Amino acid sequence: MEKKDLNEIEKEMKLANEGLPEKERILFSDARPSRVEPLNKYLEQFVNWARARSLWLLAFGTGCGATELRPLMTSRFDVSRFGIAGRPTPRQASVFIIGGYASIKTIKRIVRSYEQMQGPKYVIALGSCTINGGMYYDSYNTINRIDYYIPVDTYIAGCMPRPEALIAGFNRLKEKIQKGECDGMNKYADNFDWYKKNQKQIIKDWNMPDYNW
Amino acid sequence: MKNILKRLNEKIDDLVVVKQRDDLYFIKVKREHTDFILRYLKLDENFKHLDFMQAVDYIENNQFQLTYMLYNYEIKINLGINVMIDREKAEMDSMHRIWPHLWQYQREIHEMYGINFPGSPRVDESFVLEGWEEMPPMRRDFDTLEYSKRTFYPRPGRSTNDPKEYMKEKLYHDFAKSPKIRRDDE
Amino acid sequence: MNRDSESKYKGFEADRSKYPQMEKDKPVIDLESQKFIKTWQGPQHPGVTGNMSVELIINGDEIVDAKTHVGYLHRGFEKLMERRRYIQCFPIVCRICVPEPDTNEYCVSAAMEDLAGIVVPEKALWLRTLNLEMSRVGSFLMWLGGQAGSLGMGAISQWTIGMRDFWLDLFEEMTGGRVYHMYMIPGGVRKDLPEGFRDRTRELIVRTRALLFDIEKTFFNNAIVKARLKGLGVISPEMVTEYGIVGPSARASGIEDDIRINNPYGKYAELDMKMITSDVGDAYARAEVRYQELHQSLDLISQIMDKMPEGGKIQAKLPNVLHWKIPAGQTYVKAESTRGEHGFYMVSDGTKYPRRVFARGASYTHAISVLEKLAVNISISDLAALMVSLHTCPPEIER
Repeated sequence: MEKKDLNEIEKEMKLANEGLPEKERILFSDARPSRVEPLNKYLEQFVNWARARSLWLLAFGTGCGATELRPLMTSRFDVSRFGIAGRPTPRQASVFIIGGYASIKTIKRIVRSYEQMQGPKYVIALGSCTINGGMYYDSYNTINRIDYYIPVDTYIAGCMPRPEALIAGFNRLKEKIQKGECDGMNKYADNFDWYKKNQKQIIKDWNMPDYNW
Repeated sequence: MKNILKRLNEKIDDLVVVKQRDDLYFIKVKREHTDFILRYLKLDENFKHLDFMQAVDYIENNQFQLTYMLYNYEIKINLGINVMIDREKAEMDSMHRIWPHLWQYQREIHEMYGINFPGSPRVDESFVLEGWEEMPPMRRDFDTLEYSKRTFYPRPGRSTNDPKEYMKEKLYHDFAKSPKIRRDDE
Repeated sequence: MNRDSESKYKGFEADRSKYPQMEKDKPVIDLESQKFIKTWQGPQHPGVTGNMSVELIINGDEIVDAKTHVGYLHRGFEKLMERRRYIQCFPIVCRICVPEPDTNEYCVSAAMEDLAGIVVPEKALWLRTLNLEMSRVGSFLMWLGGQAGSLGMGAISQWTIGMRDFWLDLFEEMTGGRVYHMYMIPGGVRKDLPEGFRDRTRELIVRTRALLFDIEKTFFNNAIVKARLKGLGVISPEMVTEYGIVGPSARASGIEDDIRINNPYGKYAELDMKMITSDVGDAYARAEVRYQELHQSLDLISQIMDKMPEGGKIQAKLPNVLHWKIPAGQTYVKAESTRGEHGFYMVSDGTKYPRRVFARGASYTHAISVLEKLAVNISISDLAALMVSLHTCPPEIER
């Protein structure tokens, strides 16, 4: 590999940040999302074992599905025995649950919160509205396929899914993490341009930096 | 209520009253008289509570119909007031001086139908849509299925069945396929 | 701060010499002067009821200006219903209000029956009233958890949502679904009650009352709750008609406005109930009014269990629903949900598809006009408590 000048590398990596006013464009980040590479074999197994047992959710009730998330935390279904707790800020959370349909205004906030979460991070999509639009397939304000905008690791079907179905979904996510197959964030980092093009196509009022981190 | 209608009849000529239920009446008012009638009903006849104000699109007559729904706490009756306005130049006077919270309904109707209310506070703000560049979505000539297919990628594999054909095939399986029996609906 | 003189802040007078200038009772807001911060109590926040956001301009700890933004849950229901036939509207209409979906189903059924001239049989009216009252209990329990949680008492929130789960089990026996029921259709209801339902309901009412007794001791007789909620968000009786306030928020200011008593529907005319009002219009009075209404709903369910006949027809005969044409007309049907008057305005034009359906959410004006007026001059830590005490529910505002 030939040695490139640092300035050229920086120019290649610069994002457009075109949604911001002129004087703020260089204040915001111009880095791209980076991959989270796996460590060596045994350490990675141990680290995945630990990650699967401490999934902290981001408390963002994006849609209908948020109604069945609250009974999960009570003593009848009790998800804190799985190590799952709700956190208020994206910096402290590792799982983002997208509950149901996402309107255009909400998808902008979902993208903003998702990019602020620190890797390794996982996404669960609840309900049938995330798979193919559900019963709002002909609505002018809801999106039909959420995995064109955010990488999804597990889908949970139903409308709404019962708390037992949610626990089964969490178990499935845990198995995937332990096997090391959950790489939504790496997919996002590799295909960043494609995701960003899809997002910018529907979010017309883009007044935030291109990559919020 | 009969006295109220009698007094209203003196103020408007050819009053058309439609009684839907015992506690729901509808009257039709011209656009110029709306301000006067609403003030009269609120101050003199005790119709103090405004339930809502909405619009209906009658595209075949080239008109919009606005509806104000009022409620009287004493005689416990709802009264709906229908106003027809023109569809080409869609505009209506703002009534926010009578009820202050009408600015919300007027903002929503402006965003969803494109009817302008000059003078209403905060009427140009967006209510639920962000970055919307097409025509106002609640109008009858906006095709929402086509917009959804164009903008959001639908997942392939969705199919629709016409219920009549499906039931015919399910119940009259041999009848539908047999060529010798005469079918009446063909 | 506009606090009641009964509150604990009697001896505290703010030193306003350092504060910015006032002009006609409103402070002059200058965002460049570094005395004001513009911040969002945004959608991703544990302190908002649902998915809505408030844009605030704060000065230190005090809110100077507030603006509500809704629209995060807009699905365009009215446009969707114009594309669906009358019977196909039912699966989507109960999703307009998430904590309490039965009021929507009732209003749409009653509107179609009103326009088409269908008479509902007796047993179906009793079952509808029972369904509505049970959904009121579930929604009030969720509200109580929210009000306590917004003041920092998470334990009460765990209790009430845990108890609400048992009511959702009863719903599942009755209708087949925990949250979204789709039980009331035009002409009646879909199914009769299973065996043993009345005994299970009576037992659950006893358990709920025991829990509410505990909550009364921990929440309503609590000095901290009284100091925080008394004097917060006072609604005067004149504001009720100027701002179109309905429901318990209006009743706590003295206006007698309850649809179940004024314009009875279902079987409410045969049940024994009285109007619950209060004279002080602050957040503590609203909490007390809603708590009394929760007891009243439990009482009404016991009465319904005693008075309801055993058998009977549950559904009136409808024409072929897939090709059902309703004659042209317009109607407005209201029902009393936990937040107030929830109404549906339906216009039909003689074809198979409705011309216009409008859902008037009960908290349409509460969340926008009233909140923006009451949020001025309160501390930023009380904004969540104020939002829950007005019981705003974003899905029904923007449908």
